[in-house]
Amino acid sequence: MAEPLDDYIDAVSKALALPVEEAWRPAVRANLEVSLRLARLVDEFALPDETEPAPIFTA
Amino acid sequence: MTTKPEMTASEIASAVAGGRMSALDATEAALACIKQHDPILNSFTDVTAERARTKARAIDADIAAGKTVGPLAGVPFAVKNLFDVAGLSTRAGSKINRDLAPAKRDATLIERLEAAGAVLVGALNMGEYAYDFTGENVHDGPSRNPHDTTRMTGGSSGGSGSAVGGALVPLALGSDTNGSIRVPASFCGIFGLKPTYGRLSRARSFPFVASLDHLGPFARSVTDLALAFDAMQGSDADDGACTTRGLEPTLPLLANPVSDLRIAIAGGHFQKNVFPEAVEAIGRVAKALGATKVVDVPEASRARAAAYVITTTEGASLHLDRLRKRPNDFDPAVRDRLIAGAMVPAPLVDRAQKFRRWYRAQLAEIFKSVDVLLAPATPCTAPKLGQVNFTLDGVELPVRANIGIHTQPISFIGLPVVAVPVPLEPLPIGVQIITAPWREDIALRVAYALEQMGVVSAPSPRGI
Repeated sequence: MAEPLDDYIDAVSKALALPVEEAWRPAVRANLEVSLRLARLVDEFALPDETEPAPIFTA
Repeated sequence: MTTKPEMTASEIASAVAGGRMSALDATEAALACIKQHDPILNSFTDVTAERARTKARAIDADIAAGKTVGPLAGVPFAVKNLFDVAGLSTRAGSKINRDLAPAKRDATLIERLEAAGAVLVGALNMGEYAYDFTGENVHDGPSRNPHDTTRMTGGSSGGSGSAVGGALVPLALGSDTNGSIRVPASFCGIFGLKPTYGRLSRARSFPFVASLDHLGPFARSVTDLALAFDAMQGSDADDGACTTRGLEPTLPLLANPVSDLRIAIAGGHFQKNVFPEAVEAIGRVAKALGATKVVDVPEASRARAAAYVITTTEGASLHLDRLRKRPNDFDPAVRDRLIAGAMVPAPLVDRAQKFRRWYRAQLAEIFKSVDVLLAPATPCTAPKLGQVNFTLDGVELPVRANIGIHTQPISFIGLPVVAVPVPLEPLPIGVQIITAPWREDIALRVAYALEQMGVVSAPSPRGI
């Protein structure tokens, strides 16, 4: 049975021309689940609209 | 004078500069030690013996001619194999990069250590593309813990931890994106310095996550860390993130008293998910420093999550083309993490970078009333090689994902840290001495005071 993320993995794989062989799929899916769970934890945190990103950190 | 095992860098440099030992003897001793023990430790991937002998002879010639030599004269050192070494392909722990043309020029930090008289003896094993906390490598085999060779070194600078912990060399360089200096320092029982983001040049090293990558030294004494750090400081136009601040030498300040410093224990996230040995280590260090105040670091768990998201997505971006063209040449575990990283939606990455700005402001506030924060370097001592899970408070947790939980929220905002080894039995474990940006001098001072008190030290290797 297809897992909930499988359609998404297929679509992004196609959009990025990034191969995902069937044998790798369970591990890719498991890693993506972890990444999205942690990303949601950050997403849930309310930030002011004015917040600037810090892609290059300057101490 | 012949070399003794475990001579520190400063002892070797003093003996060489004083004419009591030749640089060539120091080099040959290191090469012999590597030959004897590295078949077990697997810390080196390249030994640059002839280059080292040539350099050592040049130092001896300078001394014979009465010329002044640098503060690291004759000190053998080695570097994680993501540093460019002229004549070698910079493999960065991978199979794919072995096809690269040999580097034409050394990394800036190698040039600076050699300008101070140090002698490069080789390149060191590491986790593939630095995306690793274990020190295991499917292409080169795992680096092994010098105190128990059935255990992990920690990663990704595993060979650096193993080579210095095993006393094959007194000094090594590594990189730290999320904990890759502090974790192997903890598991291998040595000192490690992750400087402020932007302090040391990363020019001509293979990157991982541009906004999180740091380079730094490992050593068996605090004096050696400071010696190496001071020799490597300075701006560098070849690294766009490298500071333009002037040199700020730390060695002359090491012995200054620490009684005036406000030292606190990091609470909340940093007191969760720890094994008894990490609690014991923090307790010993805090007691020696008279630190009783606990300061909560707000949202550190979220900071760790944000660091994870930025790492996996920036890492995926770096390797996207290799993932398309040579997916089967990656370590499958690294490949599958990176592919998943490529699939994280962009707004979530932007949120992580914005959260980073917010979190930095919280820590800046804390450092108005505190000079030093103490935190575990790892939740436990070195796990067994290949170990997948550990049980904590009755809950089974994955080892890989949890080794760096206490280091990630600190490197996320580039704070300087000295990891100090607490020599517990049967295995050592590290504590992070964390300070405000650009205050490596304070972190090193506290580490030195702990070393003088006998609370922290690099134990002799027991596994070889």
